[in-house]
Amino acid sequence: MAGLLRRIGLVAAPWLAILAAWYAVRWTGLVNAALVPPPHLVAERFVDLLLTKGLLQDIAVSTRRVFIGVAVGVALAVPVGFLIGWFRTARALADPVINFFRALPPIALIPLVIVYFGVDEPAKLVILIYASFFAGVIVMSEGVAQTNPLFVRVARTLGASPGEVFGKVIVPLTVPHILTALRVALGVSWATLVASELVAAQRGLGAMIQNASTYFLLDVIYVGIICIGLVALFMDMALRRLSGRFLAWQDRSGA
Amino acid sequence: MSAPVVGGPPVRVRFENVSLEFGSPRGPLRVVEDVSYDIREGDFVAVIGPSGCGKTTMMNMLAGFQAPTSGRVLLDGTPISGPGPERGVIFQEYGVFPWLTVEENIAFGLKLRANRVPAGERREIVRRYLDLMGLSAFAQAYPKHLSGGMRQRLAIARAYAVKPQFLLMDEPFGALDAQTRSNMQNLLLDILAVERKTVMLITHSVEEAIYLASRIVVVTARPARIREIVDVPFGYPRDEAIHERPEFGELRSHIRDLVMDEYRAQQDQARPVSFSD
Repeated sequence: MAGLLRRIGLVAAPWLAILAAWYAVRWTGLVNAALVPPPHLVAERFVDLLLTKGLLQDIAVSTRRVFIGVAVGVALAVPVGFLIGWFRTARALADPVINFFRALPPIALIPLVIVYFGVDEPAKLVILIYASFFAGVIVMSEGVAQTNPLFVRVARTLGASPGEVFGKVIVPLTVPHILTALRVALGVSWATLVASELVAAQRGLGAMIQNASTYFLLDVIYVGIICIGLVALFMDMALRRLSGRFLAWQDRSGA
Repeated sequence: MSAPVVGGPPVRVRFENVSLEFGSPRGPLRVVEDVSYDIREGDFVAVIGPSGCGKTTMMNMLAGFQAPTSGRVLLDGTPISGPGPERGVIFQEYGVFPWLTVEENIAFGLKLRANRVPAGERREIVRRYLDLMGLSAFAQAYPKHLSGGMRQRLAIARAYAVKPQFLLMDEPFGALDAQTRSNMQNLLLDILAVERKTVMLITHSVEEAIYLASRIVVVTARPARIREIVDVPFGYPRDEAIHERPEFGELRSHIRDLVMDEYRAQQDQARPVSFSD
């Protein structure tokens, strides 16, 4: 019981500290109070948006976009990243290209995306897929390149055919990298979401933030930001749960 | 084609004028040079020499990971073309699969097409080696929970499970502490007494070579050539007591002299190389 309370305390402590700091910034007058809506007003606005403005729909729309972007992006990144990580020639050929495209901020590509994909749903998804793909490829290829060749040798001495080496050694060794790629891509996608919803979006958390900025509704902007953070946090926690179940064998302290 | 028959068990492995070169930025690097010797059924051959001399390369050729540049490595008269389950390999770094439990590791080879057995028989074999290797209490554990000695026992159990005729071991106990190492040597002798294999052991320990092997191949500093082949005058089963025998001491000082000689030769070789680049 005391242990549970302690854990709740540990989880809550940093958030309470952030809230306290938020109020402190307002009260100390460091920043003009009109520019910092207090947490309780943001909370009030949150409830208002939830009940009357369809905030849930914005959350659902954005989550769906991120979900599709990550799913498609990582589905493409897994085979490509695997090939780049596994074959040294593929790596030499692809590395500079990958790093070139990875360095381009998705927001800079938006005008081109509009030209080629229009302003509807596909345009937003393309941006998220792009961001997820390059984040995923890097994680996958780095991970696969570090695969210990000893395990392949051992399997071959036990009589494994090339297909069996792939299915019984390489695939299990790749699963952790796929899960890491998912987590990284998820983070990058949420970070890119607002940019993707710059493209004439009617709904979604990014659209909500942008519309609010037009009318200088700071509290709405805060609500939008907090929602993005929370949904991203929950998705990451779910993925970590999943990793923990799949990767009980991994040598991590506390695992 | 066959060896001059002097009776005794048949020749299983023949190194026939084997040389091997690697390409390197400074031109071809000769690692093994004109090595010829036979391994007969039931032999326990220890290959000893200075580290980095090419001993492991010899084992890799027999395991099927590397092909000689010239000469041939023959298994029952046929040149080796790749790894195979009749040649079990034990690596110094164990190579136990971390994503499988102890019993799944042992069962791994038995689920491959090359040596598949019915599930009932598989469970029987797994149980037998868990028992022989003292791992029964850890059957469901992942390797991360095992000590170095236990991981090496698991690697041996996994190799034994597919019933190899050969056991190729590359400094298998090199990473273990002295006590565990000595236990592992005895365990190896015990399990060989139960299920005899033809063994090639790569080691840099003179004592280990004498204690375990029936024949010791002393190789030179790089490129590895055969310096001398020494027969070990002790039969099997063996126990720790042979360490105290006068023949053991004589053999040890003889082989140690040879190895130290080659070690010095290697140091001389290494000196100019380390200054150029």
